[in-house]
Amino acid sequence: MAALVEGRTGAWEVVIGLEVHAQIISRAKLFSGAATAFGAEPNTQVSTVDAAFPGMLPVINRHCVEQAVRTGLGLDAEINLVSVFDRKNYFYADLPAGYQISQYSRPIVGKGKLSLDLPDGSSREIGITRLHLEQDAGKSLHDQHPTLTYVDLNRAGVALMEIVSEPDIRSAEEAGAYLRKLRSILRYLGTCDGNMEEGSLRCDCNVSVRRPGAALGTRCEIKNVNSIRFVMQAIEYEARRQIEVIEEGGTVKQETRLFDAGRGVTRPMRSKEEAHDYRYFPDPDLLPLTLDPAWVEGLRRALPELPDAKKARFIAAYKLSPNDAGVLVGEQSSADYFEMVAKGRDPKLAANWVMVELYGVLNRLGLGIERPPVSAAALGELIDLIVDGTLSGRLAKDVFAAMVETGKSAAALVEERGLKQVTDSAAIAGAIDAILAAEAGKVAEYRAGKEKLFGYFVGQVMKATGGKANPALVNEALRRKLAG
Amino acid sequence: MAALTDLTIAEARDGLAARKFSARELAEAHIAAMVRARPLNAYLVETPERALAMAAASDARIARGEALPMDGMPLAIKDLFCTEGVLTTAGSRILAGFAPPYESTVTGKLWQAGAVMLGKVNMDEFAMGSSNATCAHGAVENPWRRPGDNRPLVPGGSSGGSAAAVAARAAIAATGTDTGGSIRQPASFCGIVGMKPTYGRCSRWGIVAFASSLDQAGPMTRSVRDAAIMLKAMAGHDPKDSTSAPLPVPDFEAALTGEIKGLRIGIPREYRIEGMPAEIEALWQRGIDWIKAAGAEPIEISLKLTKYALPAYYIIAPAEASSNLARYDGVRFGLRVPGQSLDEMYENTRAEGFGPEVRRRILIGTYVLSAGYYDAYYLKAQQVRTLIARDFAAAFERCDALLTPTAPSAAFALGEKQDDPIAMYLNDVFTVPVNLAGLPGISVPAGLSAEGLPLGLQVIGRAFDEATVLRVGGVIESAAGFAARPALPPGDG
Repeated sequence: MAALVEGRTGAWEVVIGLEVHAQIISRAKLFSGAATAFGAEPNTQVSTVDAAFPGMLPVINRHCVEQAVRTGLGLDAEINLVSVFDRKNYFYADLPAGYQISQYSRPIVGKGKLSLDLPDGSSREIGITRLHLEQDAGKSLHDQHPTLTYVDLNRAGVALMEIVSEPDIRSAEEAGAYLRKLRSILRYLGTCDGNMEEGSLRCDCNVSVRRPGAALGTRCEIKNVNSIRFVMQAIEYEARRQIEVIEEGGTVKQETRLFDAGRGVTRPMRSKEEAHDYRYFPDPDLLPLTLDPAWVEGLRRALPELPDAKKARFIAAYKLSPNDAGVLVGEQSSADYFEMVAKGRDPKLAANWVMVELYGVLNRLGLGIERPPVSAAALGELIDLIVDGTLSGRLAKDVFAAMVETGKSAAALVEERGLKQVTDSAAIAGAIDAILAAEAGKVAEYRAGKEKLFGYFVGQVMKATGGKANPALVNEALRRKLAG
Repeated sequence: MAALTDLTIAEARDGLAARKFSARELAEAHIAAMVRARPLNAYLVETPERALAMAAASDARIARGEALPMDGMPLAIKDLFCTEGVLTTAGSRILAGFAPPYESTVTGKLWQAGAVMLGKVNMDEFAMGSSNATCAHGAVENPWRRPGDNRPLVPGGSSGGSAAAVAARAAIAATGTDTGGSIRQPASFCGIVGMKPTYGRCSRWGIVAFASSLDQAGPMTRSVRDAAIMLKAMAGHDPKDSTSAPLPVPDFEAALTGEIKGLRIGIPREYRIEGMPAEIEALWQRGIDWIKAAGAEPIEISLKLTKYALPAYYIIAPAEASSNLARYDGVRFGLRVPGQSLDEMYENTRAEGFGPEVRRRILIGTYVLSAGYYDAYYLKAQQVRTLIARDFAAAFERCDALLTPTAPSAAFALGEKQDDPIAMYLNDVFTVPVNLAGLPGISVPAGLSAEGLPLGLQVIGRAFDEATVLRVGGVIESAAGFAARPALPPGDG
């Protein structure tokens, strides 16, 4: 199962654990009422609590707690009914209080699990160690002034969930699959938008290598990688680097490294950047967080259907392949879209149209399925026109393209452009007669055994009918006439 | 009639109600007293215009028959309380020029109750100290003098400016804060009443934090009744402070029945510490006799862990302080001393902004939280704290309140004990355990030392039972009949 990496001296196993910082979807910050909108003018979403003014005190945002608990439930994890906020102390200009409020020894969520969907259709379970709540820091802007650093505190105090995996991941691909799955679950739950470009999902990667079956090697932590592609690149590079170090007789030093996306390499942080003694201790401004078991139960009951359950249902109810089902449930909105299209229709046909035609258009236009250019209802009507024989598959594709372009319904376009499939046998027969008459030479060749000319005749007939002739009828009639 | 500045809150309330004088006259008298008391260095900021405007509003309410509980009462506010638009420095250079854009919950409640702000009063820097001798803005003098000796004495600390102002009749009362005795010890040194309520009774929102799990605001007054009136106005649940208690505030004044018959008052054996002056011992005995005469039953109890309270406190409080004071970094407010790098700016700012005692405690606090030391110091101290609270809880199964001295000595001279932080820390030996256990305690002036300086007795109660503490304190106050006055201001102002 584990993908091994071939080194100069033999095979190596890569061991990966991920720490994901997921920004909680919440209008207000974790301990203050300030707003959290992305992209606001610097220092416009900052309360005196966030800026750590003297005498200001944190008050926990109940909604953020709810989001963390729902995420824990979505990861099939233990919910700790009592958890504690600690202070993580360090000095930095964008950390106003000189400490971050986090959860150290008693997180709100304990052990859970996440199931990876592997390319071969199988799945593998990755352990979740814990999930805890913490505040984000502000942002230091070093490029605004030649000698000074500017500080933007809009992000300071925003609620994060740190989700820590067990070192169960064995390859860059699995790390990518883990992140995609986690993001999918977070989005289903509505607890994090998973937008890595805006920094609402960030990843630290712990990477080590070992001989298969040997004890764990020394790990390096790659900090703050901000895309799935970069995570995979960073792991790939880091594993190679460690293997080379060991194979050349060296030892891997435990350290924190940064990924340089431009050069595709990891490099050590300056030792000063990481030489922290965080002096964790329970935050005396906050009481231990106590949850009512009935409240947690209520949240559990109200959870939406999550990707794994939905996938299983799609396979069972719609007879989809595990791969197709996996693709469709990746996003809640694509699953919903598919289900709307499939309602009362052939699910396989619906899945094909969604995954091939619709996804093709979305990719081409760079759109998300949340705002599809063709609604599920409109696509359903188009499929109905195929099923009732009004449109051939080919024509339907043209109609679909026109729907994307004009926003009109399939029926309207068929009407407007006279695209209705010709099923009139007499009309088709007439067109065939005309072609065969004009192509007497080719007809002779065909009859002499050059059977692949059949496709040519079909093409000519379709061309003559403007593509509207029912292909099945054309084939049948053509075969008859050529034989006769 | 007595001078307006000699009145207690209760007396002034009656006088205002009877239209014997106006809030404006009361404010003016106190403003004049505040100006006369300048040599004490109690006030850091005087706000006479604000006082007069607030007094005018009080007069208008009184005229309409809508008097509020604290209407017209001119107060001194410890500089640890953030006051909107008024300089708030916590007695430190590092907050130079800081005028908060918000009002602390406690002072806000006092203004809501009609009180009048005279100004901000001096304190040990960041409330760390028991003498007010190391204030960034200069030492505060105790208005008391040893008879025949004009050397200035310390007012105690950290709420030394508050205690000095109230004792010198330069405020009718003051706010204080108490982390390890910072209300009760200066009250004892200055011959006034000082009450530390139960942790969680008053909101900490808007009070510059020293040690968050111990800090508590309280009233400093010239009578127990005044403490009851003022505490009622200060207390109450505040959703902005997660550690404030969601409990109703009783009518503390109504609890002052003078009736303590049948109450059992614990006398903790371990508070008879080695080297305690005989006069403190004697005063304590007098207190025991008074409550016995009033029909209460003194019973000897044991608080075995008392001797561990001070060391535990001097680990926990600096630990929290080292973290709480990290925000004073020169980035967003207060003092900034530039440097070539961010770290250098931190170092320059904090070295220049913090005085020696604050630096000492930040160092201690940082040390006890450091990797490798946390378990031996901080964690151990927290365990000791839990056991101390348990000790008190066990005691309160047998009695209704405890009676102890407030401090092991009377006020000492400015300059004494300055070089010996440990001797200074010993000032808090009777008060610190109360903070560790989060209990209410009051210091009531009970007599004079052989040197003619005030000494206080402390009453400690169950959590959120300030009513009993005040009631017992009131009985001691009556029995003691403390009528001595400080040397300053000279004569009757």
